Amino acid sequence: MKKIVVLAKQVPDTANITGNTMKEDGTVNRGALPAIFNPEDLNSLEVALQIKEKIGAEISVITMGPPKAVEILKQSLYMGADKVYLVSDRKFAGADTLATSYVLSEVIKNIGGADIILAGRQAIDGDTAQVGPQVAEKLDINSITYISKLKNITDDSITVERDGEVQTEQIKTGFPVLLTITSDANEPRYPDCRLMLKHFRSSIEINFEEHKVEKMQENGWIIPTITREDLGLEIERCGLKGSPTKVHKIKSIKLAGNNLTMYGDNPTEIKKMAQSIIKDYVEVSG
Amino acid sequence: MKGIVFIEKNPATGDLRNVSKELTYKLYTLLQPYKGEVIGIFAGDELPKDINELFKLGLNRLIYYKNDRLKNLQSFAYKNILTSMIKSEEPDIVLFGATHTGRDIAPLVSSALHTGLTADCTQLYIDEYKDKGNILFQRRPAFGGNILATIITPDERPMMASVREGVMQIPEKKLDNPVKLEEFKIDFNENWIKNEFLSIVEKESKVHFNSSDIIVAGGAGVGSVDNFGLIKKLAWALKGEYGASRAAVDFGFAEKERQIGQTGHVVRPKLYIACGISGAVQHRAGMEESQKIIAINKDPDAPIFGIAHMGIVGDINETIPILLKYLKEEK
Ligand SMILES: Cc1cc2nc3c(=O)[nH]c(=O)nc-3n(C[C@H](O)[C@H](O)[C@H](O)COP(=O)(O)OP(=O)(O)OC[C@H]3O[C@@H](n4cnc5c(N)ncnc54)[C@H](O)[C@@H]3O)c2cc1C
Repeated sequence: MKKIVVLAKQVPDTANITGNTMKEDGTVNRGALPAIFNPEDLNSLEVALQIKEKIGAEISVITMGPPKAVEILKQSLYMGADKVYLVSDRKFAGADTLATSYVLSEVIKNIGGADIILAGRQAIDGDTAQVGPQVAEKLDINSITYISKLKNITDDSITVERDGEVQTEQIKTGFPVLLTITSDANEPRYPDCRLMLKHFRSSIEINFEEHKVEKMQENGWIIPTITREDLGLEIERCGLKGSPTKVHKIKSIKLAGNNLTMYGDNPTEIKKMAQSIIKDYVEVSG
Repeated sequence: MKGIVFIEKNPATGDLRNVSKELTYKLYTLLQPYKGEVIGIFAGDELPKDINELFKLGLNRLIYYKNDRLKNLQSFAYKNILTSMIKSEEPDIVLFGATHTGRDIAPLVSSALHTGLTADCTQLYIDEYKDKGNILFQRRPAFGGNILATIITPDERPMMASVREGVMQIPEKKLDNPVKLEEFKIDFNENWIKNEFLSIVEKESKVHFNSSDIIVAGGAGVGSVDNFGLIKKLAWALKGEYGASRAAVDFGFAEKERQIGQTGHVVRPKLYIACGISGAVQHRAGMEESQKIIAINKDPDAPIFGIAHMGIVGDINETIPILLKYLKEEK
């Protein structure tokens, strides 16, 4: 049976950011923003579920983030993921894409590797589209980005459609492979009611009272948390320390402010504007 | 200082992609004060037909590797080849176009080189930084375009960045550096070829933002597909091209390939007419550099007026027909 790993991220809903949700050091105060499942990561989970339906697979969803990110892991379980892992450690904080991909690739090795790794094309908070390919490079495996459709899957190959910007490509490749998925690929399914009933109590260990942990463990309701020590990673390669890029400065975007000439919305005024357009720009055609 | 630019071919036409020209010239202007060298790196089946153009934009040397197996995007092989090319030159800066090819390969290369990569930069400059000497400062919008972050890679080399097509400019006056092509030797391994291309269909593009002096764009405020006809008419009357905001694309008023903004095209026409567009930062990211901006919006407080040069507060369904009438009359 194929092993699929889906990389997911909880992101601030960037459509709703304002100045007062930024901290002084220039980082976003994520606590102050609604946190959501990164949209294209949902598309990649949907691809995983479709592969599982066709040829059978075990789907593990991995997210690196603060304990709160467990929310998207529960959502993954509701949609049909088999296993979920929270990768969380203070030492991971401030990681850029290189440090993040290092940790994620080590987690994938640690849980026994994967035939197919799926990631969203990009996360809406950073928009870099780098973590997916960098995980592939760290694992020394093939990667294909901008997947706009899952075309076919068999036991020894996968065929996908790639949005190559100026052309659409149909590509067949073997395993292991890492694919990054765009929002064009599918409509992610809704959570399944039965799965919600089954998993609604699931959480990470720190959220349970100590005497209940054993019971929860038996019921399979404990979502494993993976830390730096579990992975035996060097501090120098994690978090802010392991990040070659540094944020030097942040500023909120302000409008430039031009010399604005206003025209009234009546024929005389609009005529003036038309004249000014013609004077400066065109011969007009019928 | 030494800089490398990744040279990309448009697979459909066989010519250079514009972004490769834009970045060659950008690197030239960045490095000129330091008498730095500008090197292009290319891997593929055939060199772009107009490769010599790059030497008119400041390129000093092109390092290339040709192999029929590299006709299409073989990311794994590209990563190995480009990484060795870069290692052999030990540059300070490496630039990639933020195309679907560049954004595919650049992260692989930066990971292989253990260095930082800043995606989709809108501004690049070199300046002194503490005791690190001169380094590259990379500005990019982040968090959905709400903030502008300046990112640096102070300790690792090379400092890598990607830039979207249309963001940097090509000069009118050209240089004339001698053409210098160097073939790169590498032990090519057949195992690097991982992908089989079953079919390739060229996308038909009806949109010509690059060659248009005037762009008329419609937003959610246009209201309906039928009303969007007014936007097209205005564009045609001005012999321009029409575009749309994401909201207008989401409503189905215009095709996705006409979207302007952070996740669409970056345009820089002589005149940009924004109709029923509020002017969200993500939209502005794609049109702010236009020489003149006209805004027509019924909300006097719409942010678009903050960057406009001429404006009408009014309903586009009433104002555009009048504007069209006078444009024809005044001709
Ligand atoms: C990650 C991310 C990426 C994005 N990328 C892009 C992008 O690439 N491009 C982009 O455009 N957006 C992008 N957006 C979306 C962006 O945030 C805005 O939602 C979008 O630009 C709004 O489009 P709009 O101005 O057409 O619509 P609205 O914001 O709804 O504005 C409509 C305007 O029309 C005016 N209006 C209404 N009726 C009339 C009328 N009859 N006559 C005149 N005026 C009228 C209103 O006053 C209003 O100002 C992105 C968002 C995110 C989160």
